[in-house]
Amino acid sequence: MNSIKLIFRNAFRHKLRTGLTVVGLVVAIMAFGLLQTVVHAWYAGADAAAPNRLITRNAISLVFPMPLHYRDKIRAVAGVRRVGAANWFGGIYQDPKNFFPQFAIDPGPYLAMYPEYRLPEDELRAFLRDRKGAVIGRKLAVTHGFKIGDTIPLQGTIYPGTWTFTVRAIYDGAAANTDTSQMFFHWDYVNETIKARMPRRADQVGVFVVQIDDPARSAEIAQAIDRQFRNSLAETLTETEKAFQLGFVAMTEAIVQAIRLVSFIVIFVILAVMANTMGMTARERLSEYATLKALGFGPGYVARLVFGESVAIAFIGAAVGIALTFPVAAWFGAKMGTLFPVFNVSGETLAMQAGCALGVGIAAAILPGRSAARVKIVEGLRAIG
Amino acid sequence: MTPRDDGGAAASGVIPVPAGIQHSLISLRGVSKSYRRGGQIVPVLNGITLDVQRGDFLGLMGPSGSGKSTLLNLIAGIDKPDAGEILVDGVDITRLGESELADWRAGSVGFVFQFYNLMPVLTAFENVELPLILTSLSRRERREHVEAALGLVGLADRMEHYPSELSGGQQQRVAIARAVVTDPKLIVADEPTGDLDRHSAEEVLMLMDRLNLELGKTILMVTHDRRAADRAHAIMYLDKGELSTGGDIHERSVKEARL
Repeated sequence: MNSIKLIFRNAFRHKLRTGLTVVGLVVAIMAFGLLQTVVHAWYAGADAAAPNRLITRNAISLVFPMPLHYRDKIRAVAGVRRVGAANWFGGIYQDPKNFFPQFAIDPGPYLAMYPEYRLPEDELRAFLRDRKGAVIGRKLAVTHGFKIGDTIPLQGTIYPGTWTFTVRAIYDGAAANTDTSQMFFHWDYVNETIKARMPRRADQVGVFVVQIDDPARSAEIAQAIDRQFRNSLAETLTETEKAFQLGFVAMTEAIVQAIRLVSFIVIFVILAVMANTMGMTARERLSEYATLKALGFGPGYVARLVFGESVAIAFIGAAVGIALTFPVAAWFGAKMGTLFPVFNVSGETLAMQAGCALGVGIAAAILPGRSAARVKIVEGLRAIG
Repeated sequence: MTPRDDGGAAASGVIPVPAGIQHSLISLRGVSKSYRRGGQIVPVLNGITLDVQRGDFLGLMGPSGSGKSTLLNLIAGIDKPDAGEILVDGVDITRLGESELADWRAGSVGFVFQFYNLMPVLTAFENVELPLILTSLSRRERREHVEAALGLVGLADRMEHYPSELSGGQQQRVAIARAVVTDPKLIVADEPTGDLDRHSAEEVLMLMDRLNLELGKTILMVTHDRRAADRAHAIMYLDKGELSTGGDIHERSVKEARL
């Protein structure tokens, strides 16, 4: 017989009570993990940003475009390796709820700047040859059942009319946090079509993606780019890709904070439940703690029994809760479709779940453990009857 | 046992310690204890002086609230007196700190409680093994000790049973095995037959007799039970915080019963 055995037997002494507490912990730890994954998904774009990529946009707002000729001026700035134009397309595929990001891009430089988008060489060549061709991510292909050669009709919102693209390539992500829910097609094709339909809106670019030689010089190069267009009709704002992505997150910061707050409230609630369980447990066992102390066990040993039991219950709840987080997150991510392009349970989330469970286990046992350690033998023995 | 009662004077602790006291296992000198109840201080023991020789089997009797259990608790080192000294085998346990006292109890005292106080989640074997966790014995040595102790109380065939699967008498025998497994000098028993039927009580008392006679254990037993008290070599009677010799135990019991 050892203390661990005693702790586990005590933990399952009241099977219903312990079972309900474990169920509560499972739900809480799982809910915490899911909410943290939602928060994480919000930051997926920023997390996937590369330090050697800058984004140049109109200084007034992202909704205002910049002239196409800026591209050559930006390319001429010292330290710039590549520049690619990109326009948010905002088309609807069949129904607005089928949302996924679409970009008209300079295919050559753009794809060269995103090595995390991995696509077969022959598919890339097919895409580059076909001006009405498109590259789609694996998640998008799976979600809607798209395959090579399929045509995707998009109803334009920013650029009116029906646009049809042919899938020429499907890319996979190099890392788990690579967004594979996007669609890319030729900026030139979109621009030529606009030129024919709405000439005044032609040769306008939403953002320029800029690849630089040295990430350490990003601030300096960004300033140099913006200096080029100072006092022009379309002044620019250049920032790192990460800062650009975080700008989007900042627009919905309150929602993210609310989700984060709720996730910790869930943990606080289960802490209260767990503390109640341990409090009841300690009160019921005062005579046993007194007996142990009479036999020569010190207050530290008695306190360790209480802490051990609390941590053991928390550990079981955490293990099941963490294990269930994966299928629940996968189901939730699938239900969300491409709204959350990257919806993976991160290592950081798992560590936070385990840490919270451990914290709950320890915190819930503080007062009961203290009472058990301090029980006076004579009074504790009297408690038996 | 050397009752230090001299017309009540011993209870006040004024009688000089006689020669030969050093042979006592237990020596109490002027021990007092009071409790605070509802803002009032209620004295329970008033200057108790007592000597118990090695190998004695002493019964402590007295009406409810007379301080019997308090006296037992003080001698067993699970409570502290307000005044006086308690020497057990030459150690003044009133001077020991909590941790030292716990160590002392683990090695020197075996406890038998009225309600057995076994751990319900542990088997009989594990309950008896419990005090041995505090020793440096190996697992094999612990097993040998536990088997010997359970064999002594006649429960070698019930080692894997949980307390809920044992009768009251069997549970008390497991508790006795737990009390002797560390081979303590002193066994304190607080109403060991108080929760048992006559037959079980008799078994437990016979067992305590054996511990005293065959193993030479010094036993202090608090009891209201006249049959239990009959097993003791001597009776001390405690009333209103004062200790006196038993006198006619039967007369005392009748008097107590009337009270």
